[in-house]
Amino acid sequence: MFGSIAALGAGLAVIGAGIGIGQIGGKAVEGIARQPEAASKIQTAMIIAAALVEGAALFGVVVSFLGLK
Amino acid sequence: MYKSSILKSKIFTLLRICAVFLTLTAFSIPAFSQEEHAEHAEGAEKKFEPSEVILEHIADSHSLHLWGETSLPLPVVLYTDKGLEVFSSAHFEHGHADYTGKYYTYRLINDKVNIVGENNTVAESSSIIKWNSNLTDLSITRNVVSMWMSIAFLLIIFFSVSSAYKKRQGKAPKGLQSFIEPLILFVRDDIARPNIGYKYQRYMPLLLTVFFFIWINNLIGLVPFFPGGANLTGNIAVTLVLSVITLIVVNLNGNKHYWKHIFIPADVPVWIWPLWWVIELVGIISRPFALMIRLFANITAGHIIVLSLISLIFVFKSVGIAPVSVAFVVFMDVLELLVAALQAFIFTLLTALFIGTAIEEHHH
Amino acid sequence: MNPLVTPDIGLVFWTTVSFLVLFFLLAKFAWKPIMGALDERERFIEDALSKAEAAKEEMSRLTNENEVLIKQARLERDAILAEAKKVKDQIIADAKDAAHKEGARQIELARIDIHNQKAIAMADVKNQVAALSLEIAEKVLRKQFEDQGKQDALVADLLKEVKL
Repeated sequence: MFGSIAALGAGLAVIGAGIGIGQIGGKAVEGIARQPEAASKIQTAMIIAAALVEGAALFGVVVSFLGLK
Repeated sequence: MYKSSILKSKIFTLLRICAVFLTLTAFSIPAFSQEEHAEHAEGAEKKFEPSEVILEHIADSHSLHLWGETSLPLPVVLYTDKGLEVFSSAHFEHGHADYTGKYYTYRLINDKVNIVGENNTVAESSSIIKWNSNLTDLSITRNVVSMWMSIAFLLIIFFSVSSAYKKRQGKAPKGLQSFIEPLILFVRDDIARPNIGYKYQRYMPLLLTVFFFIWINNLIGLVPFFPGGANLTGNIAVTLVLSVITLIVVNLNGNKHYWKHIFIPADVPVWIWPLWWVIELVGIISRPFALMIRLFANITAGHIIVLSLISLIFVFKSVGIAPVSVAFVVFMDVLELLVAALQAFIFTLLTALFIGTAIEEHHH
Repeated sequence: MNPLVTPDIGLVFWTTVSFLVLFFLLAKFAWKPIMGALDERERFIEDALSKAEAAKEEMSRLTNENEVLIKQARLERDAILAEAKKVKDQIIADAKDAAHKEGARQIELARIDIHNQKAIAMADVKNQVAALSLEIAEKVLRKQFEDQGKQDALVADLLKEVKL
């Protein structure tokens, strides 16, 4: 029972991260389409932002690990 | 010349291993299943518990699994309150026997060494959070061995590359050198320079070491059999050390602007300062903490997914599921190859970024 | 507490030691020479590029100079040729002139010669005419002047009239 609640928590965290990374990726592609010459800069910024979002999600996952006994 | 050709052949062996280990994943399944059979035989039809098996594969261990049921016992090094004790983990017989050393009797529970006290009671296992003062486990575990192998590997690669630079001074790179050089230039031109600024040279050794250490251990962790098999960068102790190093380097190099921003913030009323200090302290800690969690969780998650997919075969007790799960495992492994490089890149990039913000010159 | 998120003190210890050893070994024996070599090579390439640029400039300067020189040489050649032509024309003209003069002189000489010869011939003819005349006259007179008196009168007369 406790394990499945933890899994639910991990799933919720993944939803948030998915939305966040999707937004970042989408906007980055838009940006690159508008300014292809800035592609490398946009990519770096995108990866940093994605890493930060992912970090937040991973906190959720780790907390659900903690709950996993 | 002769030496470097040997090294080259070693590198090619590694590359070959990297290239074919995906296909070999299929061959590692028999070993996996044999292990399970052994457990089944002893545990008298013990039910297959995927989470247990997965955790066992991800966690550290006192023996190095070679193939089938053959494993290499590793030395156990214990620093107890009475003195140092060193013995082979073979004495534990995979946790089925206690070992009585010079000072205490030890028992292996969940692959962790514990002191068996009087009345056959067991004290808590050693960890940072629950640190038993009687016992500090400094054993050469599977992860330590794996780390030393990766370090030996890194030293061989980079010593040969640096000797190539000395030998072929001023000439175009060749062989292994031409494989490594773009990576070094990548770290310098895409990670260090844009994020740190003109003082980047001082931090290059750290960034390069961190980058290649994480990357090569991520890759070795992906190899499912002997030279690999350990989950080093997916172990929180390792990522903890790496992120603490980042924390120390960032804060030791912070200039007066950095500290001024933390302790005497401009445009903030004095009565808020204590609150501000708390927030900044949390910021200082949380950034390396995020680094630690990110690397650990990414690599561990990759391993868990691969092992779960393999476990499906045993959960369903059917060979029919094998092609599907192997196909998914191959896909995941390819993805993990990308993640291995990406996480090394992100860790290094964020370290460079933190250093950059700490040493940034403010012009008002 | 999940064992996954509880760091083992042993692994922390060994990771710290191993990583620091790796860091110092690589920093001393790998990164320093490699980064040094890379920087040096970059500097070398930059240097070579700037040198190539300078050489190119020098080259174009030299080419320009050469062109100027060639132009000058061509002009000089033209001038020399023109001079030579002038000299040639002069020489030809002089030669023609001299030839003309020589011809005229020759002609003049010839004329003078002819004139002289004519004069000589005329003198000769005159002499012969005179001799003939004298002979004729002697014969005539011999016949006419059989007598001495008439003879003498006539001779005297004739001597008065004839003059040579």
